[in-house]
Amino acid sequence: MTNLQSNGSANRDSNSGTNHGLRLKVGLAEMLKGGVIMDVINAEQAEIAEKAGAVAVMALERVPAQIRAEGGVARMASPAIIKEIMAAVSIPVMAKCRIGHFVEAQVLQELGVDFIDESEVLTPADELHHVNKHAFKTPFVCGARDLGEALRRIAEGAAMIRTKGEAGTGDVVHAVKHLRQIVKDMRQLTVMSEEELFAAAKDHRAPYELIRMVAQTGKLPVPNFSAGGIATPADAALVRQLGAEAVFVGSGIFMRDSTTLASIEEATGRARAIVRATTFFDDPKVLAEASAECTGAMKGLAVAAMDAASMMQTRGW
Amino acid sequence: MQRFPVIGVLALQGDYESHARALEQVNAQPKMVRTAKDLEQVEGLIIPGGESTTFLKLLEREELFLPLQQFVRTRPTFGTCAGCILLAKRVTRPNQQSLGVLDATVERNAYGRQIDSEILTGPTSLPGGPLEMVFIRAPRIVELGNSVEVLAQREGSPVLVRQMNILAATFHPELSHAYGMSKNGDEHISDNEDEHPDRRVHRYFAQMVEEYSRQARSGASEAHKHPAQTTAADRE
Repeated sequence: MTNLQSNGSANRDSNSGTNHGLRLKVGLAEMLKGGVIMDVINAEQAEIAEKAGAVAVMALERVPAQIRAEGGVARMASPAIIKEIMAAVSIPVMAKCRIGHFVEAQVLQELGVDFIDESEVLTPADELHHVNKHAFKTPFVCGARDLGEALRRIAEGAAMIRTKGEAGTGDVVHAVKHLRQIVKDMRQLTVMSEEELFAAAKDHRAPYELIRMVAQTGKLPVPNFSAGGIATPADAALVRQLGAEAVFVGSGIFMRDSTTLASIEEATGRARAIVRATTFFDDPKVLAEASAECTGAMKGLAVAAMDAASMMQTRGW
Repeated sequence: MQRFPVIGVLALQGDYESHARALEQVNAQPKMVRTAKDLEQVEGLIIPGGESTTFLKLLEREELFLPLQQFVRTRPTFGTCAGCILLAKRVTRPNQQSLGVLDATVERNAYGRQIDSEILTGPTSLPGGPLEMVFIRAPRIVELGNSVEVLAQREGSPVLVRQMNILAATFHPELSHAYGMSKNGDEHISDNEDEHPDRRVHRYFAQMVEEYSRQARSGASEAHKHPAQTTAADRE
């Protein structure tokens, strides 16, 4: 050892800037890039997800397809389920709180979950406000359908954005729509003049500073993931090729249709194949193999046949 | 004329893009590595942060585990966080398989969950004074062999170590900012996030790669020379 200071101690930079919190939050999101985050409802599913190569799991009481089928008010999962899942795996565990329900978020932070999803899949608790995510040490991910919505969430402190898509359907069409919209909105900003950027901030209903950052870099200032209806290896690779940096898969792995679970073999095969397709998203040879490894896909629900009132994606402001 | 070493970044999952950017900033040429064939085309390799369990599953499934093990036994390799876990000979909490080259025992998630993640500044023997270190669900080196050199510490425990061709960090040098240059009191995302990146660790690794490549070029008689014997001036 040479030149090490004699006391050998590290200093906590408690006074040199509080943006450390945000850097740590975005830092964890960076580590999840290129991976698959899987919805699970118990320890057994969490272990299957981890063994299949998931980078994180989302601990839920019911997956979105079940929530959709059963109706009623969907709330934060029971702490017992979340703790059981946290004890079962070594990868990060996420959990959902209702939009605007900062007390559910406080509970989730207290439980020690690694990421909180302020999610439209649950029934909103506030019709006007989202959670002030800066007030938490735990990082948040939020859904978005366009750039303005993404930047409003980032202004509130979100450390990761995911497309909303239409959760619990197994239909990828709106994940694609939202991702294409966000990418298109960003691309347009990069060719705008200064004056146009001020107007764009107004049009997108987003802070000018964030609009200007996106105009300079052409990308979101936090990782941009995709969720909502991804059900097959090809779906996962599709959103990756469209620019998503990682993928959330919900009902698509463990559900056969909106009420019955897939068999363990089926779920394991799907989970592994989707992980593989997410890593090798631009290699059609591997994608063909992964698609072949995947037995069956969730029956699903075509989004085009749904009425507007049953859509989850319109929740959030 | 300056050479730009080609350094691979294992790109199965994780923050491989941050490492690629860091390599560009120290004048190395990054190359994403996803197959055994990719591995043949690089002079050194970075195994990035991410989830070590995910890395292991993909390495096994893609039949990349053995070629990678072969590579890391002799070629310059730098593992950060999950990469450090993969390089260690012994991994605990839970016990898991690894490439087994770094004479160390590494405990996973040793400081706790995300809520316990921290940014600290600690002493280092790299030139330029204390180093900012970003720990995210970080592992801890709990045992270290005698042949391993400690290059930085956190509260007395090693966090940046070198053993011959292996460099390993339990933190994320790809996310380090220059000491004392962090913006004050700004909790919101500001532009120029990368305005003051601290690239000392990546520069050190790029120089390791250069030394190995130089020795390989200068013939077999020189190849066994321990690169750690080079002087501090060489590393500058």
